[in-house]
Amino acid sequence: MSTETTFLARVKSSDLWYSFTRHRTAQGAALLLLILVLTAVFAPWITPQNPFDPAQLELWNSELPPIWMEDGQWPFILGTDNQGRDILSAILYGSRMSILIGVGTVVLSLFVGIGLGLIAGFFGGWVDNALMRFGDVLLSVPTILIAMLVSAVARAALPDHLKDVGAGFVLILALSLSAWVQYARTVRAQTAVERGKEYVQAARLLKVPARRIMFNHILPNTMTPILVAATLNFGMAILSEATLSFLGIGMPPSQPSLGTLIRFGNQYLFSGMWWMVIFPVLQLCLLVVSVNLLGDWLRDALNPKLR
Amino acid sequence: MTRPFALRVRNLSRKFDVSAPWLNRVVERKPKQYVMAVDDVSFDVPKGGCLSLVGESGCGKSTVARLVTGLYPPSNGSLEFTPDINGAPLSAQMIFQDPYASLNPRWKVRDIIAEPLRELKLRETEEEILARVAELLTTVGLSPNDGGKFPHEFSGGQRQRISIARALATEPRFLVCDEPTSALDVSVQAQILNLMRRLQDEMGLTYLFISHDLSVVRHMSDRIAVMYLGRIVEEAETETLFANPRHPYTQLLMQTIPNIEHPKRAREVTTGEVPSPLNPPKGCAFHPRCPLADARCSAERPAVLTLKDGNRVACHRVEEAEGDSARELTGPNSLSA
Repeated sequence: MSTETTFLARVKSSDLWYSFTRHRTAQGAALLLLILVLTAVFAPWITPQNPFDPAQLELWNSELPPIWMEDGQWPFILGTDNQGRDILSAILYGSRMSILIGVGTVVLSLFVGIGLGLIAGFFGGWVDNALMRFGDVLLSVPTILIAMLVSAVARAALPDHLKDVGAGFVLILALSLSAWVQYARTVRAQTAVERGKEYVQAARLLKVPARRIMFNHILPNTMTPILVAATLNFGMAILSEATLSFLGIGMPPSQPSLGTLIRFGNQYLFSGMWWMVIFPVLQLCLLVVSVNLLGDWLRDALNPKLR
Repeated sequence: MTRPFALRVRNLSRKFDVSAPWLNRVVERKPKQYVMAVDDVSFDVPKGGCLSLVGESGCGKSTVARLVTGLYPPSNGSLEFTPDINGAPLSAQMIFQDPYASLNPRWKVRDIIAEPLRELKLRETEEEILARVAELLTTVGLSPNDGGKFPHEFSGGQRQRISIARALATEPRFLVCDEPTSALDVSVQAQILNLMRRLQDEMGLTYLFISHDLSVVRHMSDRIAVMYLGRIVEEAETETLFANPRHPYTQLLMQTIPNIEHPKRAREVTTGEVPSPLNPPKGCAFHPRCPLADARCSAERPAVLTLKDGNRVACHRVEEAEGDSARELTGPNSLSA
């Protein structure tokens, strides 16, 4: 019996899988998210052009409406912008960037939040106080404001040749700066409960080092609420990133995210090219809604009190 | 007490800081507050025997258990384990009260029992570890196949068996059992107790047994120490204690045991509750509830007396009645004659 089959068998026999098979909304959301992620990841192989390679753009294709309208043209299903850029391709490339930044933010803030939360909850005392009050301070300032501050500073500080490359990393850093606090609080609360339980005392009797008690014993028992928070925050991170990009302090035009696309589209809204803004907005909505629906289902499915 | 001891405890105390947070103390002008959970406790645990600590909730018996195993450092006093034949100090392992909290719900039973082996490097290879786990599971009456299951697949009694197997994995000579049966059904209690008795006989284990259940204690122990508000009020051979309880508090505890022959016998009801350990009564801690208390009891704390039969009691009335035959406990060494 290989580990793979046992893992599959465990997934199939789990309560979570059972709940999933009975939950239409979760299935729909998962399917939608799967499609969105796959099309975004494989965008370079399925789109007719790389919309951000100027050499592939033809000016005579510019300002074409979606294909079902009078002047629509194959292969520009959702029309083109003022430079002849295929909107659908731009959206898929943009989703790619948005998802990347969303995942990056969740991973970084999870890493920091879980680590600091474990330390605060396990050791308690002044370490706990210092870390949690620092988190409180960060939370008392709106996320967007912190992110704006960080990206503005980074923009000024980074040398020119790093600006475009580093923009994504700066955004991830900026968004993670306040996102970790929520994980840290959740993990800390759970850790403080688990720390007093007898199985931790049993490990202490064996002189198991604190680091191993934290990671091997306590961490697995704090993961359920973290999983839910991470899913919901993934949607939040994508939205925050879109907000920053819309305001012009997020991703640069050379590697746009959905927010950047919406900003451009917004500028051309009054010249009648509604498809430049509506479709990126729709994509953003679908992405966030599917993530949030999944997160809601997960929260209910993992909460034994709601069964 | 000429039997060799496995553990000698002298004047053990543990103080807990239960003060309000610093800011509240400053704003509300409250002083720091401490609880004497364990106050000047001395006892010997005979080698291969079983000493039980009994008392109501909050009397400090679990704190003693955690002090003995080293989970808490003592505020005062000393703990002395007798080294075993090889000169290695005895290691105390613990069986916990709540079998639902003492096993990590995310770990397989196999890994739970193997943890001591891995942490303390008691076995070299993975095969040796698994073989030892299977052996331990068999010892406590489970199947080696149970190792692949998770704790939630077991009943309370089975979980307690797993807990015992984990404690045995380090090959300890000394086991601290903190109310190991109080979370179990009566029928399962008997199984677990019998298992523990069997293991004691087979492996020569020494037990420090903590319980509030006098019938369980009677079944298990050689000697019993009765605790009240952090102090030992009486310590005696099991049968002596049941036949002739000297301290009024012990007599009260005996009254509470249900008797199958006289289910409706008239009981002396002692009024009152255990006082708050935050603000223990002056003098003898038991005097507000004691039917025999007088002015001396509320003023002067009774010393622990060692009686002629080697049993010990801390009560002014007993001292007055048996005073001539009793000898006052003076130094830390006067326990061992």
